[in-house]
Amino acid sequence: MPEPRVEVKKTYKLFIGGAFPRSESARSYVVDAHDGRFLANAAWASRKDVRDAVVAARAAVPKWGAATAYNRGQVLYRVAEMLEDRAAQFAAAVRDAEGATARAANAQVAAAVDRWVWYAGWADKLAQVAGSANAVAGPYFNFSVPEPTGVIGAVAPTDSSLLGLVSVLAPLLAASNCVVVLADEHRPIPAMTLAEVLATSDVPAGTVNVLTGPVGELAPVLASHRDVDGMDLAGAPASIAGELEAAGATNIKRIARPVAPGTDWSADPGTSRLLRFVETKTVWHPIGI
Amino acid sequence: MANENTPAPLEYAPAPESRAVARLQASYGLFIGGQWRETIDGAAFKSVSPSSEEVLAEVTAAGPRDVDAAVVAARSAYDGHWGSMPGRQRAKYLFRIARMIQERSRELAVVETLDNGKPIRESRDVDVPLAAAHFFYYAGWADKLEHAGFGPAPRPLGVAGQVIPWNFPLLMAAWKLAPALAAGNTCVLKPAETTPLSALVLADILQQAELPEGVVNIVTGDGTAGAALVAHDGVDKVAFTGSTEVGRRIAEVVAGTHKHLTLELGGKAANIVFADAPLDQAVEGIVNGIFFNQGHVCCAGSRLLVEESVADTVVEMLKRRLATLRLGDPMDKNTDIGAINSAEQLARIVALADAGVDEGASRWSPPCAIPERGWWFPPTVFTEVSPAHRIAREEIFGPVLSVLTFRTPDEAVEKANNTTYGLSAGVWTEKGSRILAMADRLRAGVVWANTFNRFDPASPFGGFKESGFGREGGRHGLGAYLDA
Amino acid sequence: MHTDADQARPTAIPAIAQRYVDAAGLDAATLSGSEDRLARFLSGLPGVDQVGCEARAAMLATRSIKSSTKLRAIDLAISMIDLTTLEGADTEGKVRTLCAKARRPEPQDHTVPAVAAVCVYPDLVATARAALEGSSVAVASVATAFPSGRASRRVKLADVADAVAAGAQEVDMVIDRGAFLEGRVGAVLEDVVAVKEACGAAHLKVILETGELATYDNVRRASWLAMLGGADFIKTSTGKVSPASTLPVALVMLEAVRDFESVTGRAVGVKVAGGIRTAKDAIRYLVAVNETAGAGWLAADRFRIGASSLLNDLLLQRRKQLTGAYAGHDDVSVE
Repeated sequence: MPEPRVEVKKTYKLFIGGAFPRSESARSYVVDAHDGRFLANAAWASRKDVRDAVVAARAAVPKWGAATAYNRGQVLYRVAEMLEDRAAQFAAAVRDAEGATARAANAQVAAAVDRWVWYAGWADKLAQVAGSANAVAGPYFNFSVPEPTGVIGAVAPTDSSLLGLVSVLAPLLAASNCVVVLADEHRPIPAMTLAEVLATSDVPAGTVNVLTGPVGELAPVLASHRDVDGMDLAGAPASIAGELEAAGATNIKRIARPVAPGTDWSADPGTSRLLRFVETKTVWHPIGI
Repeated sequence: MANENTPAPLEYAPAPESRAVARLQASYGLFIGGQWRETIDGAAFKSVSPSSEEVLAEVTAAGPRDVDAAVVAARSAYDGHWGSMPGRQRAKYLFRIARMIQERSRELAVVETLDNGKPIRESRDVDVPLAAAHFFYYAGWADKLEHAGFGPAPRPLGVAGQVIPWNFPLLMAAWKLAPALAAGNTCVLKPAETTPLSALVLADILQQAELPEGVVNIVTGDGTAGAALVAHDGVDKVAFTGSTEVGRRIAEVVAGTHKHLTLELGGKAANIVFADAPLDQAVEGIVNGIFFNQGHVCCAGSRLLVEESVADTVVEMLKRRLATLRLGDPMDKNTDIGAINSAEQLARIVALADAGVDEGASRWSPPCAIPERGWWFPPTVFTEVSPAHRIAREEIFGPVLSVLTFRTPDEAVEKANNTTYGLSAGVWTEKGSRILAMADRLRAGVVWANTFNRFDPASPFGGFKESGFGREGGRHGLGAYLDA
Repeated sequence: MHTDADQARPTAIPAIAQRYVDAAGLDAATLSGSEDRLARFLSGLPGVDQVGCEARAAMLATRSIKSSTKLRAIDLAISMIDLTTLEGADTEGKVRTLCAKARRPEPQDHTVPAVAAVCVYPDLVATARAALEGSSVAVASVATAFPSGRASRRVKLADVADAVAAGAQEVDMVIDRGAFLEGRVGAVLEDVVAVKEACGAAHLKVILETGELATYDNVRRASWLAMLGGADFIKTSTGKVSPASTLPVALVMLEAVRDFESVTGRAVGVKVAGGIRTAKDAIRYLVAVNETAGAGWLAADRFRIGASSLLNDLLLQRRKQLTGAYAGHDDVSVE
């Protein structure tokens, strides 16, 4: 009779600077499946981990920004290829996290991949849609171009462990920002699996960093951090959203407020997320011989 | 400078790219409805390597009934699965094609070089990567058409009949197919008579990508196949790249019909060099402008307009630089100048170059060893050219540069614009405001400043005046294939 | 500089020569007294478009150098190396080992050429001279408060005098980048002239430290400045600052020496240094020389490569060319 095989259980760590370090605090917390089954001890990120993630993101800004838009689009499309390849793994993670049916989980994963592909195709078109040559009244060539805001702190949605996360993260990357993601505290495994995909997809180290842990503790650290240029508070608890926004005022962060409860993540996102964390630069140049 | 103590120059040993990767078949049929088909009323003909005159493969010259079958297949696909397919699914086919072009890039580059005669370095570093990039770029528009500035729900036109030239065979196929498909049209593509092979490899890629049948149909052949396609009632959109002369005939045929039309025709671009240009880079730009792809480029900088005060300097620098150009086997990785695409084209170049001499211009070429077989023309520079000369007015479409001078920016603009063409122009100066002033006044669809022959799928390309109308590339390039 | 060499000036490119002569009326002695004129001359040199320059370098880097050409290029590169050690921890032992390698890079193959020179600090010149006695390998010394150049002229010239007295046959000086960036081009020129004089019979290489000059326009201007001051070679870098030598920078310098020769009839050499580690890199530089300055510069008296680990990679590639198999890193000696 064949002996029962013992599985190798996975350790979940943080994703910072392209590597997977343990939390600096060495603490962890329990992540259960939707039905209470133990899934994993997730890393409990500390303030110092947040700080390190911001440093990594800042260091990645010139690298991610130096790539041509075409190249960024290619890298993001590569991420989609990797996501598609691991669709079954993601569907299983979503089922564990949310208790979705197989059909619903597969649909969420498919939608997440398609959404990622959608944003990959935006990278080299953003300037054509958000930029312009402006007809000023004088002999000047005047043009406006969108540039990335910089380092963005993103609080992942808590009502959609994969599609919601992708819907928040992908547009930030397509606009050339670098991101520190606070994963959905109680359903972080799809986010950590996404981190593994990012680590193997030619995304420069530090472009995306993913931290797991109590959002109530970590979000204020990001929000008050003066080297973070913007905050997407998509999944931030309503009870602290106001104080997070106020904390961000220290360095005039660009803030996107939390999404309304019951948001349909599968709906057409339009361009609002894509254009939210973008700075417009306008240049004047005389025309004359 | 050279005496008995001067070291010998570095002679580059042959560095041939391997042909084995090409995997050419002995013969090819027509690609219609997702299948390879025998001709109904056409004939077989041979595709020949212009550098060696060897036969590469037998291909099919489509007859009118073949063309009809292709249009029917395209219509069926449009009315059926493709026309109703959401953009995000169309996008994924185009992404697949882009990726596969990248995966099979060496194979495509070798086939292109064998069939066209252009150096492998160019097919490898320019043609194939840009072809992939066009598919990549337009894949991303397929599901974003409502954001492209053509209204909230722009519709495709239907079946596109597309006739492409021999100078960038694969790239021109990409320029035509990618935006058309992204916009939701289906296509019948007619590659040039002398360069069918890379399109046929592309057909194989379309099959590998599982592109639904009939979405793209490829009918090889000569002018009669092209004429049949353009005149077919089942075609909603005609796109043509080629000579102005043929473009005129197409415009006449399409007149009064329901068909939309875009044309990308010839050029006689002025490359304008001011005295304050970054001279070494300007010389590179002149060389690139007219000798890239053997001058077989519609937007070639075939007229050098150089400020009189630096004319001698620039011409001397140019001649010195031309002496380092290597003409020869296109499959050699160090070749800069490849073969002329056909005996017919060579005859045209020779005739015009002879006319230049007859007109009194001064002709110069660097010493060049011309291979015995194949069709070749050395890089050639004509000085003492006046605007009235044929070589200053007619498109030669070969590696022949005519040099004229000017005194002031106004004179440069006047001479540059003094042509019925209007495809491109180059401006070389370190002064930014002058770049913009010249760009403002030059009647050309593409202005290159301190660079030349730069192409990108995000950058709209197309001409003014008799260089055609419509743009390919960029957001604007979608306009040709949408009902907007 | 106009000398009797004008009469023997090659006729290859008279038009370019005329342009510069008209613009300049060059002479180091009169220029020293007219920093303004010198500055205006330098600013009047054609600009360098960064994108175009880098594109040309990238195209040159696509040249495929194989078989017999590759073998010739490898041997040429070896013969052009200034085998270098410039560390605080340098000792007599280290220098002697380096010199042994320099004169016989491949113990088992005497067809491998010796390198051009060994490059050391001034206080190790005597050791190097002794170790290279009877060989064709020259001793080059850095000087002028290498690598920073931040010292008084008196100190810098004393540094040169020491090196020359110890037997240095070549001197690699650094220009005063601070003065250059301040616009004090006259001071930079005077430094070069003074050092050239202190060199006596020794050849002078002038290090521009292109990484600190930051723009290609500055590299062109500094190249001309050094050549006007009497440089026998212009050199990219000290190797102590990043970025050191790059192919586009070398391209600009090769254009400068080419143009300088057509104006003055005097051929100045180019030395690239810093970051050139592989045979592939070295061969790319030789291609750039071949297609820019021309065959006249394809010899150690006009082109040098300052390097240390490059030599071993060249030896490994040489073995591969001759035997067909890749060699291992223990097949060549450590320095």
